[in-house]
Amino acid sequence: MAYKRQIDRLPIPPKDAKVHNVTCHYCIVGCGYKAYTWPRNKQGTLTENAFGIDLGEQQGADGIWIAPSMYNVVRQDGKDVHLAVVPDHDCVVNSGLGSIRGARMAEARPSHVTGTQQQRLSDPMMWRNGVWQPTSWEDALDLVARVTARVITQGSEDDLVVSMFDHGGSAGGYENTWATGKLYFQSMKIKNCRIHNRPAYNSEVHSTRDMGVDELNYAYKDYEITDTIFMIGANSLETQTNLFLNHMVPGMRNGARFISVDPRRTVTVNAAEEVAGKDNVLHLAINEGTDMALFNALFTHIVDNGWVDKDFIANSTFQGGEAQPLDDAHPAGLGSLDYALAACRTSLAEAARICGVAESDIAKAAEWIAKPKDDGSRRKCVTAYEKGIIWGNDNYRTIGALVNIALATGNIGREGGGVCRLGGHQEGYYRPSDAHVGRPAEYVDQLLIRGGGKIHHVWACDHYKTTLNASQFKRVHKRRSDIVKDAMDAAAGGTREQLVDAIVGAVNGGGLFVVDVDIIHSQIGQNAHVILPACEANEMNLTSMNGERRLRLSEKYMDPYGNSKPDCLIVAGIAQHMERVLREMGKDSYADQFKGYDWQTEEDAFMDGYHKGNPEVTYERLRAMGNNGVQEPVVGFADGKLIGTERLYTDGRFTRHGREDKKALFCAAEWRGWQAAGKAREKESHKYWVNNVRANIFWQNQFLDQDIDFIQDRFPYPFIEMNIEDMAEEGIAAGDLIEIANENGATQGMAYPTDTARRGQVAMVFGSPAGSQGNVVNPGVNELVLPDYKHTWGNIRKVAGSTQRTKGVSFKSKEYKAG
Amino acid sequence: MDRCDKLVDVGRRQFLRGGAVAAAGAVTATVLPAGQAKATPALAVIDYPSTKLGNVADLAVNVPVDIAYPDENSPGILLKIGQAVEGGVGPDGDIVAYSVLCPHKGWMMSYRAEDKSLNCPGHFSRFDCEAGGQQIWGHATQSVAQFTLVVDGKGDIYAEGASDLIFGRPSNVL
Repeated sequence: MAYKRQIDRLPIPPKDAKVHNVTCHYCIVGCGYKAYTWPRNKQGTLTENAFGIDLGEQQGADGIWIAPSMYNVVRQDGKDVHLAVVPDHDCVVNSGLGSIRGARMAEARPSHVTGTQQQRLSDPMMWRNGVWQPTSWEDALDLVARVTARVITQGSEDDLVVSMFDHGGSAGGYENTWATGKLYFQSMKIKNCRIHNRPAYNSEVHSTRDMGVDELNYAYKDYEITDTIFMIGANSLETQTNLFLNHMVPGMRNGARFISVDPRRTVTVNAAEEVAGKDNVLHLAINEGTDMALFNALFTHIVDNGWVDKDFIANSTFQGGEAQPLDDAHPAGLGSLDYALAACRTSLAEAARICGVAESDIAKAAEWIAKPKDDGSRRKCVTAYEKGIIWGNDNYRTIGALVNIALATGNIGREGGGVCRLGGHQEGYYRPSDAHVGRPAEYVDQLLIRGGGKIHHVWACDHYKTTLNASQFKRVHKRRSDIVKDAMDAAAGGTREQLVDAIVGAVNGGGLFVVDVDIIHSQIGQNAHVILPACEANEMNLTSMNGERRLRLSEKYMDPYGNSKPDCLIVAGIAQHMERVLREMGKDSYADQFKGYDWQTEEDAFMDGYHKGNPEVTYERLRAMGNNGVQEPVVGFADGKLIGTERLYTDGRFTRHGREDKKALFCAAEWRGWQAAGKAREKESHKYWVNNVRANIFWQNQFLDQDIDFIQDRFPYPFIEMNIEDMAEEGIAAGDLIEIANENGATQGMAYPTDTARRGQVAMVFGSPAGSQGNVVNPGVNELVLPDYKHTWGNIRKVAGSTQRTKGVSFKSKEYKAG
Repeated sequence: MDRCDKLVDVGRRQFLRGGAVAAAGAVTATVLPAGQAKATPALAVIDYPSTKLGNVADLAVNVPVDIAYPDENSPGILLKIGQAVEGGVGPDGDIVAYSVLCPHKGWMMSYRAEDKSLNCPGHFSRFDCEAGGQQIWGHATQSVAQFTLVVDGKGDIYAEGASDLIFGRPSNVL
């Protein structure tokens, strides 16, 4: 049954409704919205309203409209108020477009009145008497501090394992990453830590940084004025929706060609064909994991044809052969173009064989990317990549091989150029140095699996849904945390000291004490002993930057749910309790390290961190810059406005690697087949390649979407796109529940027949609460502990026929076709 | 107004951008005479008009008929699917009606007979006419509004309500 809202009218925001700047807290694009709030007993009229238009008229296409998903009743300053969160037509990022994610921000708010998001955590909870019991902040933080202080002083800080988000948007942002960074990297020097989506504390794009090129170096407007959009391992119509619709589509309408490198035909490729025409779209459907061979052939072909920017190479890139040898921290050597090309040299024929695409198509791609125009002028090309290669085969060398092409053609720091990752969340990273973590960093999941660590602090990460080798990880994490739960149950009714003794005894006997900070009771939260409730953007003020480094302040318009708090203030509470407990233990000098957290608000955390490094930037100034914000780095303040930087490296001086000479380096990206352990063998012994994909309808691991009927009606279970002949061969019908299994574990989803799916390839949506794709991903990583989620092979069997919930689901093609 | 089933290749022409839908001559809020002591309370649910859309005998399978409901500024289609479906009426339980304004940004959608879907040329969203208007793929945050139908003894088909808010209006009946 299609989900019907059965709503036939909505309240109208009055003229005097309060208006707040909102940056969508979901994807990297960060669309601008306006939040309108007004008292429960007031309303506007058709002619007198906050929009200043006649709502009694049918609005035309692209007109202003509050969809039911953009409306809710929320708590503001202790009172119930109406809320409408509506796309901002004046924001240059989205020009009034809303996505299927952002246009649901209002309905994704917790409301006692409308009943939305009642899964949100309202109070701290502690494992007590066999269940999670609500408790006070004082009580919960006291236990966290006592156990943590005891364990790390009896042993060392290496016994504390930390999983922490490093992103912007959502509940991330500069305020919160600064706070966790200050606690774990300044007050302590935690090295056994990992990030929300990968099993170590590392960069997703080490090689481009080592080459001197920051991964976010362009402006979105570059797509509108370029000649070619070269997209690799990304599906922007789904995952950076309004970047595609509001910047790439205008670019194609202005004549840009579109190249997609992706083994799967995506809706992005289809939409590009609709906009630009098939003749101007080239889809290189390469064999999975062979991107580097393709890039090396493009690089070779471009250099051999002389389609390079000689002046740029001479002035802006390193000339002396090898600059950085291959070593434990560098999975490829770095140096001059000639040095790199010696390792990269690949013929079109060789690449065609490895990649499984026509030689002529590779040559055509090279021409579209680099061949100078007839008048000799430079061909502008934007290169954009994301998880297809970030979570792909041989991350370091593959990304390096791609950046080589942009460097050789001088397509960085110039209009219509750039070589950038597209991004997942917004960015919002501001922390003390992480140098003590080391490189390669500790593979934290494996550390936990082999019994290392005694305490696990988890900040808004749900590894149950989003790590690799998840089957084993979950088994071990549960077993170790159950040891502590049992010890706590046995100590029921005793004193705090007896409880701490019981917990410490349990962790010394192989247990793991888990503190989970989150906005909901997550799946990994089932193993937690203390749960601390956090709030999200707009329940607090939050600053983040988008994929073109556009910094905005997304304003608070409602109260945090219940007794939940911003992460930064939770950090402050932990630090203050640590200081108190350590002092009680007589460890004054250690206690002193936990001073400096006397923050009353998130703005205090912002001023303590980001502002100190960027003294021009304050909340007041950001508020004045509105939804268009300012592009980082901020270089000044004049005439009441912050002055930003439209694109990086316009002077041809490359800085991300920190080299004195400011010369970019090329990467000696020598192809070596399957890099990560176990991948080649797994491929040989299983029938299906299990691609790990995203869908526009879900935000990440569905932490809010799992409680939204509109979403769960469409996909009650994770979809697994499958070729129709393969389905027939396996006896599988549309909507059947199917299992994917291999030596790593098994997972389950719903078969979605897909006419464009190639035989032997299935595409499963990642991160679902109803079936984790990570269960079947092996533990293989690269030298710097970057996981290869994208390459998993398994066998498939039918588990059950369609359920009541799948019977109403549409299984038609996702591709738009004109009627 | 061009009608939905005739729209071919409208994507490049950006049909309706900037609000080409004719302004409704809609009634605005009623103002009570000054001094009236007691206001008539508004009903909790809006009253929909009952509008005749066609007759069962005039419909051919998979050939959409242009309609407008609840008023002339809200275009839609009346469609005989060919097999019983959710919300379907008539002797075969297969007659349905939908708004054709995309609930994402209000572009006029076209009907694609090959797979019985509504398709938006603006931003590529798709809705399934055989599954109650469920969004197959797209940017809208709801199903497309399906009109509530009844059939009388003469085979006349009337619309008497809608399942979801229609794009571009704060109330389905303006």
